[in-house]
Amino acid sequence: MSAELDQLYQTIILEHSHKRSGETDQDVSSAGERSGVSHQYNPTCGDEITVRVAVAVTEGENPTVEAVEWNGEGCSISMAAASVLSDMAPGMSLSELGKMIEHFREMLRSRGQVAPDEEILGDAAAFAGVSKFVARVKCAMLSWVAVEDAVNQAASKARAN
Amino acid sequence: MTTTPLDNEQVLQLKQDFPLLTETQVAGHPLVYLDTGATSQVPLPVADAERDFTLRHRAAVHRGAHTLAVEATDFFEDARATVSRFVGADPYSLVWTSNATEGLNLLSYAMSNATAGSNGSENAERFRVGPGDEIVTTQAEHHANLIPWQELAARTGATLRVVPVNERGLITPQAVANTLSDRTKLVAFTHVSNVTGAITDVPGVVAEAQKVGALTVLDACQSVPHMPIDFPALGVDFAVFSAHKMLGPTGIGALYGRRELLNALPTFLTGGSMITKVTTEHARYLDSPVRFEAGTQRISQAVAWAEAVRYLEQIGMNRIEAWEAELGGRLARGITEIDGVRLLGPEPGVERVGLASIDVAGVHAHDVGQLLDVAGIAVRVGHHCAQPLHRELGLTASTRASTYLYNTTDDVDRFLDELSRVRGYFRAEGA
Repeated sequence: MSAELDQLYQTIILEHSHKRSGETDQDVSSAGERSGVSHQYNPTCGDEITVRVAVAVTEGENPTVEAVEWNGEGCSISMAAASVLSDMAPGMSLSELGKMIEHFREMLRSRGQVAPDEEILGDAAAFAGVSKFVARVKCAMLSWVAVEDAVNQAASKARAN
Repeated sequence: MTTTPLDNEQVLQLKQDFPLLTETQVAGHPLVYLDTGATSQVPLPVADAERDFTLRHRAAVHRGAHTLAVEATDFFEDARATVSRFVGADPYSLVWTSNATEGLNLLSYAMSNATAGSNGSENAERFRVGPGDEIVTTQAEHHANLIPWQELAARTGATLRVVPVNERGLITPQAVANTLSDRTKLVAFTHVSNVTGAITDVPGVVAEAQKVGALTVLDACQSVPHMPIDFPALGVDFAVFSAHKMLGPTGIGALYGRRELLNALPTFLTGGSMITKVTTEHARYLDSPVRFEAGTQRISQAVAWAEAVRYLEQIGMNRIEAWEAELGGRLARGITEIDGVRLLGPEPGVERVGLASIDVAGVHAHDVGQLLDVAGIAVRVGHHCAQPLHRELGLTASTRASTYLYNTTDDVDRFLDELSRVRGYFRAEGA
C-alpha cells in the first residue's frame, strides 16, 4: 500500500477505530442538568454520531469536562476521531478544550499547510494526514463538532444554574 | 455497425475517444473509472458536437424567423427525434428536462395542479389524487423516485404505499401486486437498481398496475444507457432518463410520456414558449412537448445528447448490453470469491447490469473507497441516494463499482485485486 495512505491511516487511528473510547451501548440522546447532547450527520456518506458531554462545575474554578459518551456509526476516521477526543477531553477545562478543537479544525482545513502542534493536540496530531484528503476532513470533524456543540449547551446550562 | 461481440481489444480502441480515460493519472496510477452509475465520461464526438453548435449554429429556437434561428430549431428538433427514437418513442412523447429528477418532479407537481384544477387541467381527471387515493413506489428507489411522491401525498392528502424488496433487495411483480388496491392511482418504480444492478420485470409490474387502472412511471436512468429500450413496448405510461449517464452532457434529461397523457397533463413550469393565447387574466397552453418547456431550453446540450445517442447506436446497444453483462458477471463472481465481502443484489449467474455494490465486513465504505482511490480506482461510496434500501439491507453505506462500454475486464480485475487487500489493511476481524 502507498505511503500516502499510511499517512492518512496512522496506526493510532486504526487502533482507535477498533477499540473505541467513549462509545457506549446506552442511549445518550437525553441531556442531564450539567450535560449537553449533540447529534451530527454527514449526508454524503451517512455517518452519524450522538455525543453527550457532562461538565463539572466547582465553585471558583473553571468548569471542566467530566465525561464524553457517544453512539455512532461511520468510517475509521470518524470513529477514531471520536475515540481520541473521548480519551483526551475529560479533565480539560472548557477553554483548553475550545483551543484544542480550534487548532484541530485549522489543521484539518489547511490542506497540509498547518503542521500539528503536538502540545495542544496530543494523540489527535495523528489526524494531520487527513488534511491532505479534502473529502475526509468532514469525517474527522464530525465528532469534534458534536462535542463542541454539546459542551456549549452544557456550559450555558451551568451558567444559568 | 458491426455485429461481432465487443471484446477488450475493441474497447481499448473505443477508449481512445475518451481523453479523460486515457490521460488521467490518480496517485501515480492510470485511472480505472468505475463510477459510470453516477455519471459517464464523454467521448470527443459528443464534446465536438456541443462546441460546433455553440460556435457555428447558436440561435434561439422556436422564436424568430431569421435563417440562423430556423437552422438552430432544426438542430434542436432533430436532437429530440434522435433521442426519442432511441427509446422507441415519437418526438411528441419526449419532453426535455434538466435531469431525470426534474422529470419526476414535473410529473408530481403536474398531478397536484390537476388536483387543484389549475394549469390547464380541463382533461386531467385521471391525474387527480386526494384523500383515499394511493400512490405506490418501492423500497429500492433512488430518492428522486421517492421524495417527489412523498411530497405529492403530503400536498394532496393521498396515501403513499411502499413496495417492500425481497431479501436480496429486489422488486418482484408479486410484491407490487400485494401493495396495489383499487385506490392505487400511480405506480413509480425503477427499471435497474442503482444499488444492486438488478433488472426489474417491467412488463410484469405494468400488467399488475393495469389490473387496477394505475398509471406507471419508470425510472430508466440506469437502463437506457446500458440496453436497448423501447418504452411503448414496455408499456409504461411515463419514464425518465438522463443524458449525463449515457455519454452526454450534464444539465439535460427527458420525461417520456404517452402522447395523449402528456397532452392532458396540467403544466408545471409556466412562461414563454409553451402558450397559445395569453391575456393579463389567463393563458392557454400548447400540446406536448413544448407544453412543458417554458423558457429558453438546453439547446446545445440537446444537440450533444443526440450525438451521444448516435455514438451508442454506432456501437450497437445489443453489443453494449452483452459486454456489460460479461463485466457484471465477472464483478459478481470475483466479489463472492473474496472472504468477508458481501455482494448486494442478484447472486452471481443471475441477470444484472455491469454494476455491483458490496459490503466489506468490518470496514466502512468510505475507507474502502479511499484505498481504491490511491490505487487509481474510482468507485462510488455512500448510500447512493437510496437510504431506505440500504437500511433494509442492514447498512448505512456500500461501495459500488459500475462499468460502461469503455471498461475492460482488466479494469474489473484491478478493482477485485485491490478489494482483496482491503480487510487486511484495515485489520478487520478475521482478516
